[in-house]
Amino acid sequence: MDLNTRMQNVAVVGAAGKMGSGIALLLALELAFRALENPRDTFVLSLIDTHDAGLQGLLRYVRDQARKEGERQVNRLRALFRDRADLVENAEMVEAFVAEVMLHLRTGKTLALAGDALLVFEAAFEKEEVKFQIYNELAVLCPPSAWFLTNTSSIPLHVLTDQCGIQGRMIGFHFYNPPAVQKLVELIVPEGCDPELVAASEDLALALRKKTVPARDIAGFIGNGHFMRDGLRCIREMEHLALDYGFVQAVYMVDKVSRDWLLRPMGMFQLIDYVGIDVFQLILRVMDKYLQEGLHSDLVDTLLEMGVRGGQTSSGGQKDGFLRYDKGRPAGIFDPATREYVPMDPAFTADLDGRLGPHPDPALTWKALSRDPGKEGRLRAYFATLKGLDSLGAGMARNHAEDSREAALDLVRQGVAARAEDVNAVLTLGFFHLYGPVNDYLD
Amino acid sequence: MKTLRKPVYLAAGAYTTSLGTGRPEFNPRTPRPGLDHYIRQCGAATLAQIGDPAAIDESVIGNFMAARFNRQGHLGSLLTIVHPALEYKPSLRVEGACASGGLALASAVKSVLSGMADVVLVMGVEVQNTVKAIYCADYLAGAGWYDGERKDGHAYFFPGKFSDRAGAYSAKVGPEKARQAFAHWYRNAVESARLNPDAQERFNTAADLLAQGLTPPNPKGFTDHLNLYDCSKVSDGAASILVASEEGWRRLGLAREDVVELAGYGQMAANLTAPPPDLTEMTTCRRAAEQAMAMAGAGIGDMGVAEVHDCFTVSGVLLTEALGMAPPGGGADAVLEGLTRRDGRWPTNTGGGLVGYGHPTGATGVRMAVDLWRQLTGRAAGYQVDVRKDHGILVSMGGNDKTVVSMILRR
Repeated sequence: MDLNTRMQNVAVVGAAGKMGSGIALLLALELAFRALENPRDTFVLSLIDTHDAGLQGLLRYVRDQARKEGERQVNRLRALFRDRADLVENAEMVEAFVAEVMLHLRTGKTLALAGDALLVFEAAFEKEEVKFQIYNELAVLCPPSAWFLTNTSSIPLHVLTDQCGIQGRMIGFHFYNPPAVQKLVELIVPEGCDPELVAASEDLALALRKKTVPARDIAGFIGNGHFMRDGLRCIREMEHLALDYGFVQAVYMVDKVSRDWLLRPMGMFQLIDYVGIDVFQLILRVMDKYLQEGLHSDLVDTLLEMGVRGGQTSSGGQKDGFLRYDKGRPAGIFDPATREYVPMDPAFTADLDGRLGPHPDPALTWKALSRDPGKEGRLRAYFATLKGLDSLGAGMARNHAEDSREAALDLVRQGVAARAEDVNAVLTLGFFHLYGPVNDYLD
Repeated sequence: MKTLRKPVYLAAGAYTTSLGTGRPEFNPRTPRPGLDHYIRQCGAATLAQIGDPAAIDESVIGNFMAARFNRQGHLGSLLTIVHPALEYKPSLRVEGACASGGLALASAVKSVLSGMADVVLVMGVEVQNTVKAIYCADYLAGAGWYDGERKDGHAYFFPGKFSDRAGAYSAKVGPEKARQAFAHWYRNAVESARLNPDAQERFNTAADLLAQGLTPPNPKGFTDHLNLYDCSKVSDGAASILVASEEGWRRLGLAREDVVELAGYGQMAANLTAPPPDLTEMTTCRRAAEQAMAMAGAGIGDMGVAEVHDCFTVSGVLLTEALGMAPPGGGADAVLEGLTRRDGRWPTNTGGGLVGYGHPTGATGVRMAVDLWRQLTGRAAGYQVDVRKDHGILVSMGGNDKTVVSMILRR
């Protein structure tokens, strides 16, 4: 059975979630284009989640994004609709495309909807029990030829296949958030996986314009393997700094250095908020269960007990976590002692910026550099300056860069990643870093 | 050859800011002013320059596509919001695609020549940022032949049409020279726009405009032979001016130095359903300009300033040839030699033109007349050039060289 045949009946489980909705969108668009190019075939995309509101929101999201995609791809649409005499203007073709996208969707709250699916994408909550339950049901409901592509970012696949009796039929097809934008798919091939599934997954990634990076079937894989360790080292550094400067001050300083001094798109605490503190905890738990290396943070547990969770609203807005957000931008820092957010006002930030010391190149930001064709040369010059600075901020940045590099090299040593380049690819494509952690900038 | 039966003059010009991308006050996500705002604002600016608005006998407004951009027809009536004195007098809307403003001027001239009016308020207006560029392209494609061209046309219909012209011109003069000329046209336009407080590119701070203009076209994302810098802007704005007889401008309390005289004009249309006879020539523009110059008894050598319809850089280059600034195929050299620069032999599009000021389509022809009037009367302030001859010429073009009005003004 070729991929196009399988693509005629696809399901997404957990479709209304943050990752599931992005995956659903990508597939809905891909199916629409395939349907327009193969008008004799019937394509179905089953979108399954547990609540109606989420599914209705998903349909609205897919419809709106389909319109934007149609606008972006209007030249392709004009070619596809060349023989449709009734479609002349761009607007008519874009709306016809939106209608085509929506035509293939069916929604429901039970897994039975995936009963005839040949490809099942799963993006359910990152909790083992949830996934076990889903796959135990799907193993019975779906045809024996169905393949399962899980978006798990931490759970070893062999555990799922063994528990649910779907050996050989599952692959890790791990998108990064947001799936419609991020170019990376981490491909996790468990032992005994059908080679045809591996090949089809590569073809599918290509069709979805994603780049695959292989990762071994070890809890956390490459992405979370690095992120969790990087996050924990930042929490430890913050707790150490807090002894001298206070908790909120330390959060500010570590977040600031990890963003502005390492030229990353977000500071570490903003990134944890973006992922969700609860999800961060769940991934830590899964990884620690299988790796047994003390991947745990009391602070994370405490924050969650206090109801500080981060994550995103259904419309994509950032919820408060370590930081409070005003129009998506950090505006305050949570103080567990008072359970209040301390505003990041100019006096507060100026004092702490002064303690960190002068930034090596204030004009150099992640945003500016990400569009700079001479990025590599500027990065080298920047880190050469950073290397020579004697300040608190420079020392923190150098230590963080070194720890990040060691975490990456550990992944290679443990066989999670085949090569350092694969870790670099995950961090640049999946986390939007401007450079991989394994580099010689500070050598 | 036809001549003007009596002298006709233009005075009291004004135009609004060209609002759109590039202007700091433009935000596509927030509500923006509509047609009535621009009509009121621009009309008030013209009326502020005269005595009694009751002296205005008629009004005419040029507009291309308000029915689609703004879902508003009946603009002749809407124009009377400028002042109560305009009510219960003739007021009409004229349309000729992007030459709508030029047609409004021609219509006013004919009213004055006929003796039915001594003072006519002429306005042009367009508010285009009501839709995304991809849908704006649909609306503007109405300037082409819908039944015969649209289905097989480019998604960005007119960029596609003028990309074809750019491709043909590149083949004629060499791709490198053509691209250099387009880039120089873009640089000249932005340099002038930076001096014009109302220009859309007023705040363009790019260090190397030529490098931007030399950006290779991206056929996958846009067109085969034009890049985005080659294009005029999607704009909201209005322009207005008075067309008057001598008795008319005296009645308004103006002096001779406040007005410019219409020395000649050419107005014509070509067959909308026929392809251009030569992609490397603006045939209709050439013929209209020749007619205007013949009526004026003046040649291109008598012109001290020019306003041409550079909806794309390639049209600017081709129009230098249509006006006789350069022989066929010599427009690129003329631009590269600086003949159209602010300090060149024919300072052209001194306020930025369509590429630099912006292109609120129905307003553009009137805006050109305002800029000529300002230059010839020394009112262009920060973008004033040294006008070394007494005449100025404008070419207002609609569609792909299909409806054209050319005028020659004399100080």
